[in-house]
Amino acid sequence: MSHIAPIERTGPGPGTLGLKKPWRFTAPTVLPGFSLTFGYTLVYLSLIVLFPLSVLVWRASGLGFGGLYAVATEPRVAAGLRTTFSISLAAAAIDVVFGLIVAWVLTRYEFPGRRFLDAVVDLPFALPTAVAGISLASLYAPNGLFGAPLAALGIKVAFTRLGILVALIFVGLPFIVRTVQPIIGELEVELEEASATLGATRAQTVWRVLLPPLAPALLTGFAMAFARAVGEYGSVIFIAGNIAYVSEIAPLLIVVKLEQYDYAGATGIATIMLAISFGALLAINLIQAWSRRRFGHV
Amino acid sequence: MSEATPARSHTNVRTEAPATRLTLILVAVVFLALFLLAPLGVVFTQALQKGFGAFAKALADDDAVAAIKLTLLVAAIAVPVNLLFGLAASWSIAKFSFPGKSLLITLIDLPFSVSPVVSGLVYVLVFGSQGVFGDWLAAHDIEIIFAVPGIVLATIFVTFPFIARELIPLMQEQGTVEEEAALTLGASGFHTFVAVTLPNIKWGLLYGLLLCNARAMGEFGAVSVVSGHIRGLTNTIPLQVEILYNEYNSVAAFALAALLASLALVTLGLKTFLEWRHADALTGRARRRH
Repeated sequence: MSHIAPIERTGPGPGTLGLKKPWRFTAPTVLPGFSLTFGYTLVYLSLIVLFPLSVLVWRASGLGFGGLYAVATEPRVAAGLRTTFSISLAAAAIDVVFGLIVAWVLTRYEFPGRRFLDAVVDLPFALPTAVAGISLASLYAPNGLFGAPLAALGIKVAFTRLGILVALIFVGLPFIVRTVQPIIGELEVELEEASATLGATRAQTVWRVLLPPLAPALLTGFAMAFARAVGEYGSVIFIAGNIAYVSEIAPLLIVVKLEQYDYAGATGIATIMLAISFGALLAINLIQAWSRRRFGHV
Repeated sequence: MSEATPARSHTNVRTEAPATRLTLILVAVVFLALFLLAPLGVVFTQALQKGFGAFAKALADDDAVAAIKLTLLVAAIAVPVNLLFGLAASWSIAKFSFPGKSLLITLIDLPFSVSPVVSGLVYVLVFGSQGVFGDWLAAHDIEIIFAVPGIVLATIFVTFPFIARELIPLMQEQGTVEEEAALTLGASGFHTFVAVTLPNIKWGLLYGLLLCNARAMGEFGAVSVVSGHIRGLTNTIPLQVEILYNEYNSVAAFALAALLASLALVTLGLKTFLEWRHADALTGRARRRH
């Protein structure tokens, strides 16, 4: 273990009386209360989070790879996973484009209502998902405020996969804006000036000088929005219409399986989704490690 | 003559042409209006579509009142429990150095990356009739799933990291110098925490509490899986909203939704105020936004 205090190589030095330094878990400090708070943290974390999650993993291991594969390839489940996966990717990609524009405008430009809009960006974090769900559903319903004019154009949003996309764009947007905003604020103005004095057009400066340092933040935001979209339930189920093989999402299928007392099926889908979330989490960490090496910031 | 030219040459270097700027602002404003503000506005217009009387009547309905009470009860348990954890976790993580710290922080953040439905499911697998403790609980007549304890547990799970992840970076930034000074001057450990640490973190603590409470009252997916949807007994406000909406009782559904949306607006308002007024007392993440 690298954390064990080094032991003197050349026998007892002066003043150590031949004693090894005692191994300590924490660095020496006068502050009290470590064992109490650390112990409480570990116990509480284990009881509330780690134990229930390990039960899920244990149940899934009971299914085995064959069992998981059987669940994932069940036609209705496979369709649900495909729907969730593809629409989450599309929503996160759309959020990257508009999130970048929103973050840029909010950070770089001064205009009336900027502070208000900045606060509004957090709305999807604060608004309960069920509320967002029913309000999006009624907005885009065929007789709704947006649904009616769109229906006149022949575009159906509510109760189709397009509806799922709209809901996932809603929940994902703040992840992009809030990850990119601080990085835009930290961009060095000198670089832009240098680029301009060297004869670059503004478009070239934006594309070649400003966007590359934003790339890691955009990727991180994309992964966060994607992970959130994959697990999203409340804001999607009302607008999706939940038509089997067409607009059912994976989290809904867990609920369906539970209602049929198919615990193995529910566990299987949940495990696949958990694997996707952890994959996204890992990707975020890798992006940030790479970004720290490449750009010196997250 | 030399007065006129510098103005033109420095405006274009560090920003876009006025037309581009205007277009980008318009795109951002229209996008936020269509995707974020319109859904919020619809909640209130739908709730009041049959007038204020119908709105008030929907909120006074017995099942609605029961749902409101249950939601308040759940938040009243989940938030303090997570507050205690947040304080303990941030004290041990921020004020001491020990191996495995970043792993511990990752584990604390775990509930954020788990789907709400999966969060509910894991408790069904532990406490449900088919679960690990299912037989034992049935033998002792203890109901957790499809009852209030399950709702509380699922809510604690989904709101688990909020306060801890706000306090840990904040306390790490503040270091241990002030606490060490208090201790060497003879203050007890508890007195040091109350008199030195707590005042330093109070705004960050409030910030975390706000977000934790908003999520606790608004959680839908996790609670929906463990609740059993028994009217008047195990329906929180979001679950009651779902039932009413599926019954095409639009006014009543949106009346309760408006209640939650108002909570969200108050939360956002206070949050924005804290970020604006007490930015230096919040973590770097919140501070950098302004």
